[in-house]
Amino acid sequence: MFLINCPYCGERDQQEFKAGGEAHIERPKQPTELSDDEWAEYLFMRKNIKGVQFERWNHAHGCRKWFNMVRDTSNDEIKAIYKMGEKPPAQ
Amino acid sequence: MTKNLRVKSSEYIDETNRISFKFNGKTYHGFKGDTLASALLANDVHLVGRSFKYHRPRGIMTSGSEEPNAIVQVNPGTNRTEPNVRATEVEIYEGLEASSQNCWPSVEFDIGGINNFLSPFFPAGFYYKTFMWPASFWEKYEFFIRHSAGLGKSPTSSDPDIYDHRNIHCDVLVVGAGISGVLAAKNAAKNNFKTLLVEEKNELGGSTIYENNEFNKIDNKASSEWLKKEIEELKGIKNLEIKTRTSVAAYHQYNYLLARENLTDHLEAKDKTNKIRQRLLKIRAKKVILATGALERPLIFNNNDRPGVMLSSAVKKYSEFYGVACGSKNVFFTNNDSAYESALSLYNKGINVEAVIDIREQSESKIVKKVKEAGIKIYWSHTIVDTTGYKRLNSVSIMKLSNDGTSVTGSKISILCDCLGVAGGWTPAVHLYTQSGSKLKFDEEKKVFLPNKNTSEQISVGSCGGDFKIDEIIKNLNQKLKDTLNIKETDLDNIKVEIDQENSKRNIWLLPSDKPLGKTKPFVDYQNDATAKDIKLALREGFRSIEHVKRYTTTGMGTDQGKLGNMHALGIIADTAGVKMGELGTTTFRPPYTPLTFGTIVGRNVGKFFDIFRRTPMNDWHVENKAEFENVGQWKRAWYYPINGENIHQAVQRESKAARESAGILDASTLGKIDIQGSDASEFLNRVYTNAWSKLAIGKCRYGLMLNEDGMVYDDGVTTRLGENHYIMTTTTGGAANVLGKLEDYLQTEWPELDVYLTSVTDHYATASLCGPNSKKILKKIIPDLDLSDENFPHMSFKEANIGSIQCRIMRISFTGEHSYEINVQASYGKDLWKKCMEAGQEFNITPYGTETMHLLRAEKGFIIVGQDTDGTMTPIDLQMDWIVSKKKYDFIGKRSLYRSDTMREDRKQLVGLLTDDPNIVLEEGAQIVSELNQSPVEMLGHVTSSYFSPNLKKSIALAVVRGGKDMMGKKLFVPMENKNINVTVANPVFYDEKNERLNA
Ligand SMILES: [Zn+2]
Repeated sequence: MFLINCPYCGERDQQEFKAGGEAHIERPKQPTELSDDEWAEYLFMRKNIKGVQFERWNHAHGCRKWFNMVRDTSNDEIKAIYKMGEKPPAQ
Repeated sequence: MTKNLRVKSSEYIDETNRISFKFNGKTYHGFKGDTLASALLANDVHLVGRSFKYHRPRGIMTSGSEEPNAIVQVNPGTNRTEPNVRATEVEIYEGLEASSQNCWPSVEFDIGGINNFLSPFFPAGFYYKTFMWPASFWEKYEFFIRHSAGLGKSPTSSDPDIYDHRNIHCDVLVVGAGISGVLAAKNAAKNNFKTLLVEEKNELGGSTIYENNEFNKIDNKASSEWLKKEIEELKGIKNLEIKTRTSVAAYHQYNYLLARENLTDHLEAKDKTNKIRQRLLKIRAKKVILATGALERPLIFNNNDRPGVMLSSAVKKYSEFYGVACGSKNVFFTNNDSAYESALSLYNKGINVEAVIDIREQSESKIVKKVKEAGIKIYWSHTIVDTTGYKRLNSVSIMKLSNDGTSVTGSKISILCDCLGVAGGWTPAVHLYTQSGSKLKFDEEKKVFLPNKNTSEQISVGSCGGDFKIDEIIKNLNQKLKDTLNIKETDLDNIKVEIDQENSKRNIWLLPSDKPLGKTKPFVDYQNDATAKDIKLALREGFRSIEHVKRYTTTGMGTDQGKLGNMHALGIIADTAGVKMGELGTTTFRPPYTPLTFGTIVGRNVGKFFDIFRRTPMNDWHVENKAEFENVGQWKRAWYYPINGENIHQAVQRESKAARESAGILDASTLGKIDIQGSDASEFLNRVYTNAWSKLAIGKCRYGLMLNEDGMVYDDGVTTRLGENHYIMTTTTGGAANVLGKLEDYLQTEWPELDVYLTSVTDHYATASLCGPNSKKILKKIIPDLDLSDENFPHMSFKEANIGSIQCRIMRISFTGEHSYEINVQASYGKDLWKKCMEAGQEFNITPYGTETMHLLRAEKGFIIVGQDTDGTMTPIDLQMDWIVSKKKYDFIGKRSLYRSDTMREDRKQLVGLLTDDPNIVLEEGAQIVSELNQSPVEMLGHVTSSYFSPNLKKSIALAVVRGGKDMMGKKLFVPMENKNINVTVANPVFYDEKNERLNA
């Protein structure tokens, strides 16, 4: 059970949060311009890395804010947390 | 005849407090302070259970939570019964009853024992190999396997006890209160760290507290005396909370630990009532100090499982702590000095020790000399090759061990004995450490896995950290405490420790016998009856991964998770496969460390607290009027309102007719409501719904369909424009929270530039839906000054009004196809509004209807219910709702996916109506639809999603999804059921009032 440092509320138990999958996958601005393959790439393809992964999390039972997390999926170490729109930390 | 083997009064046993208890129906006596195991041993009872596979007689092996054999059913036949309890952990109390498990008809005579003689036919993987063929026989095999499998019996009536959960936040959590844990906790607390010390036993001090090794001295005192004084001093320390009878079950990431505190299990029945039985502690610690100690290892030799074969350390604890002799003729078998402490301990109490058998060539330590001086015979370089005694150990046969330790030589010597203390060295208890995600390293010299790479703020101190001598323990503990707590001085700086202890050890994982391995039974996992033979067989059959060998042989898969034998299993695999143990890795130790009761896990969340439920403001009225309820998400919704003994069918038929013929009223308060405000609100709706929203006039309502990005229908509902920048959206009852979450996600992460604010107002409004041709007249009576003409208040529009002084929002929208109004008031006025509607509607026979009638009425109109007629694979096109998908809008959530080759396939499942040829037959929802009856196998074209008998159409109607159904209008299909085939015809899903004339009736 992680201890997650919500950038708006501070440290809270993982129970209050919802994981939202891989981060930094931007919704295409002009979906109609994309081929089926390009659209499928956005819609379905996720990396699911063993190691350092960029993820979206939501403080669902708290401030309801979304934010980003850098987590090592092999040992669950949370390496960084930053707000939506902020630049990801250098690896 | 029972013997009394109580040898001395122990300070931990209260001999003035005599306790009677029953084991397997027979009454025995023990004393306050005894465990079930120590009390049975004092009565000379060793045989306590049968093994799992071969039903071999088994006895008590240990004195702690690692016990593999002595697992019992406590209080059998009562509602407090608990299976798989370790007799070594049960504190006896007056009236305690316990019985053996896994034997029938009794532990003394067990029919399953025949498996022992058949054991050549039960090798590893026996079940996998035998019962897989022929496949069709599995059902028959399963019956017998299930019948003979399983440990213990679960209670059949509900648990009378109360369980609790508690959150604890602390600076330092110390797990285990042996000498290391006590000293760590004391120093942490004294340095102002908020400290919690948990110990699974009921006494602090671990093994040091009863140890009487005259060679171990701290500050010139016997180590046990010195530790007692330290424990005494804990009492006055602030910041320190101590919990005994508390076992840490799980150690998760970020120093989150779960522990079970046992509060009443040691009390008599009369003292248990109205008390919390067990409490789950949810501990979040800044730092964790693991002081979990070490478990003594057995040795693996032929027939090493007979009742009377015990761990040497357990024999010592029973004598020193409980004052019980485990046998009258004791022998020890060892590969290190530990057994000599036990031998000496018995000798000093006048208990007969026949011999010590040592596989080492020799040892010159003081303690060994002392044993020699006592006249106890020591057999160096010898090993046990066999044992005798069926229900109790009777003798051991020993032979000289070859130099390389792989064979035996010379002649066999037999030694009579009734108790054998086995000492195979010590295994650090690293289970919790690895649960935390931290990694181990194998120490080739000590032959143990030790903590290596920590993943959280934690240290392992004492023997669980690899320190086995008291001087090393204190020295390393001191340094680790200073480092982790960042302190300069501790109590331990000036302690003087004198010891004389040798750690010399000869490690042989599998000891040889004079018989070939195939003819011996060297048990590695006692609980699951896995022998060294099984492990070698698995390797011969090609298994390499330790995880695979474990599953194939079931080694380490019992309720004890193989705490005693896992290391030997690894060692035997490494030796046989010719690899180093460090390269082999370990199996995963999974929580819980010892089994938890279900009660502890669920705590107070039982009965009506199992899940939250939500009630509408009108709920009391529904209850008073005898409504039946159904669960919709967490909501309790009125399902139907039976009168005069009606069943559900009769009530729904009546309600449905009344709603169309005169007036009906539905409690629609559970619909999700989201208040949407901001200058970009219209643009936002354009992006989230499939249809266009920019041109919706203020005061108008519109139905919207929401898709997932994959193009599949996600939710639907009516949204009303209340003002220039203000909308109120309704969602399905079950989807409300998810829709809000999804909309927030898009707003915050994809479109942060939009000026839009979302607020859930589901609970803030109560909603009564008034429908039917007389609904207008009823509303007129309630709000006389509101112009209800079609010109002023047309279908799909909204008005604000007052009922008396109560403000309300009224939408003229319809989910039944009838002229209807949804009246929304502040939640607290909901019941009032409902009563007013009922009063005003009385002359029109207004009929309250529930969700079942609502479903029927909308089905007559072919309106979908998201989640019933859709299942996450239906696009709006599949639903024949092309009309709601804007072609003009550049983009909305899911739009691009509607043009993927897969979503554009013509042969997708599509929503259609179905009419049965016999109008009286009502299809079953979920029934499969086919086009051919005389073909096998036959393709299933789809299934029935909604089905009712329509009282208004006087026939059965259904909605269904059918492959290519859009182009099948009028086609005959079949619904094959168990006893009959039903003929159906594909029809328009709008069965009633296709032209929507009734909306303005
Ligand atoms: Zn937050």
